[in-house]
Amino acid sequence: MITSLRIMMRSQKVIVLCSIILSFLFIITILAPWIAPNDPIAVNLANKLQPSSFEYPLGTDHLGRCTLSRILYGARISLGFATLIFISSLGIGLIIGTIAGYKGGWVDQVLMRLCDGVMAFPNLLLILGLVGILGPGLKQVIIALMLVQWVYYARIFRGMVLSLKEQNYIAAAKISGSSQWKIIKKHIVPNVLPPLAVMGTLEMGWAIMDISAMSFLGLGVQPPTPEWGAMIHEGKTYIRTNPELMLYPGLMIMLVVVTFNLLGEALSERFGVKRR
Amino acid sequence: MGTYILKRIMAIIPIFLLATLLTFGMIHLSPVDPAEAYLSAAHIQSTDEILAQKRHEFGLDQPLHVQYVNSIIKICQFDFGISYLSNKPVWEEVTYRMPATIQLALGSIILAILVSVPLGFLAGIKKNSVIDHFSRLLSFFGASIPSFWLGYLLIFFFSVKLDLFPVEGIGTWQHLVLPSVTLALPLIALYTRLLRASVLENLQEPYVLFARTRGIHEKVIMGKHVLRIAISPMITGLGMNLGKLLTGTIIVEAVFSWPGFGRYFIEAIFNRDVPVIQCYVLLAAGLFIFSNLIVDLIQMCIDPRISRKGGQRQ
Repeated sequence: MITSLRIMMRSQKVIVLCSIILSFLFIITILAPWIAPNDPIAVNLANKLQPSSFEYPLGTDHLGRCTLSRILYGARISLGFATLIFISSLGIGLIIGTIAGYKGGWVDQVLMRLCDGVMAFPNLLLILGLVGILGPGLKQVIIALMLVQWVYYARIFRGMVLSLKEQNYIAAAKISGSSQWKIIKKHIVPNVLPPLAVMGTLEMGWAIMDISAMSFLGLGVQPPTPEWGAMIHEGKTYIRTNPELMLYPGLMIMLVVVTFNLLGEALSERFGVKRR
Repeated sequence: MGTYILKRIMAIIPIFLLATLLTFGMIHLSPVDPAEAYLSAAHIQSTDEILAQKRHEFGLDQPLHVQYVNSIIKICQFDFGISYLSNKPVWEEVTYRMPATIQLALGSIILAILVSVPLGFLAGIKKNSVIDHFSRLLSFFGASIPSFWLGYLLIFFFSVKLDLFPVEGIGTWQHLVLPSVTLALPLIALYTRLLRASVLENLQEPYVLFARTRGIHEKVIMGKHVLRIAISPMITGLGMNLGKLLTGTIIVEAVFSWPGFGRYFIEAIFNRDVPVIQCYVLLAAGLFIFSNLIVDLIQMCIDPRISRKGGQRQ
């Protein structure tokens, strides 16, 4: 009892800390145009590969662009599109999971086997295959990620609908005269929210990693748009003379992914959700 | 036991058919016409006449189901068509580049096993010791660090600063070290965590207590009994990860200019070389399915309870 209380307290602390870091990052993302010291895509060859100065706090890259501004704007791509993917795959998962749960029978069978099929293969392989067929580009990477990630949410929502249909405590609540809305608010949402939160945070981390990996390979964000993975790709040529060009964006990716993973782990510990 | 093996092998066929159907469907749903893509990749001026001729040559004028059956027959003969870009059979190009990728993948699997088995095992039997904390830190960061960035960090410290290993390319064993480490770290993270958790779980089992009361030496219990059973989830992980490993090689090959299959695939995506893309996806899916099968068979040998229950685990 005491140890489980201690685990709860500890995970509570981690959740608060991670939430603060992430809110800070999201605020930066939204405020990027106002707090960035320079234009992230303005080329100035006279200023190329400068060390950090008052005007360029983190120096400049091989085209004389401000590294700090590029990192700030890069956060918009990583966090912004990861959020977009999260919301849209949640939406697709909600629709398909609900249909599968309500209809049951062969519809459920077909949809769930489809989910099994998607889950059976590594995410990056499916994304690469889809991008290979749709062609390189950020839009295609986003579509591919959505098409891959909805399955996890679909399973959660299907479970929700099934419990709505069959679980005894729901039936008991109905019999005792609770309204539909009250059942959803008091019984369904508290049961669905923890796995959704855990899944969502972990998936945000994966989406950010995948977007930057695809951009690094040149299949995602196209130049001159600033993106962390693409910045590492551009900075690698100068690894001998200016290693900071590839160090800073990598540190940012790691900070964000570590925070999301820590938060996901803490949430699953706090709510006792089993990780897949 | 024989029926179990047969059942497992039969189960592959529908999965593989589904994979071929998916690649076939994706290619026909994509806005790119293979005949047009071929002409543009080969820099041939496309006229209606040449286009119609190429479409006939590729069999694109036949009904869809005939095309699908033909494509499956060809795949079974390892005929993946002709690369638009080089005009050579795709299979020839792939087998030429495969050894480099296999070398890289094997190097990192061996490294991952050599590190994670002792580390995960020791972390499990000595919970909360220094080695346990180290293993947890390693598994956490190994799972969170982007492998392309890790690759450049290693290049920066070990090639640029210390000049111990070559920056890129292939040839001697020194060339293999940094790419293998880059590819192995996420695997080490995963396997160490799996093995540690599994050892901890097994230590709670009654058989350990029973062995202890019988006065069997602790080393024998741990080495002979606990490790043998605890390693099972790790073997599953190993098989599940072969497909992931293949996609991992794409990134590592890009970082270290490793002349393997992964780089060829990326080039194919840029050039819209559809037969190569199709071949890669199918091979990766095939590798994934077969590695899972082999893992199941290995586990059956380690733990005969699996086949006796008719293939139902847990």
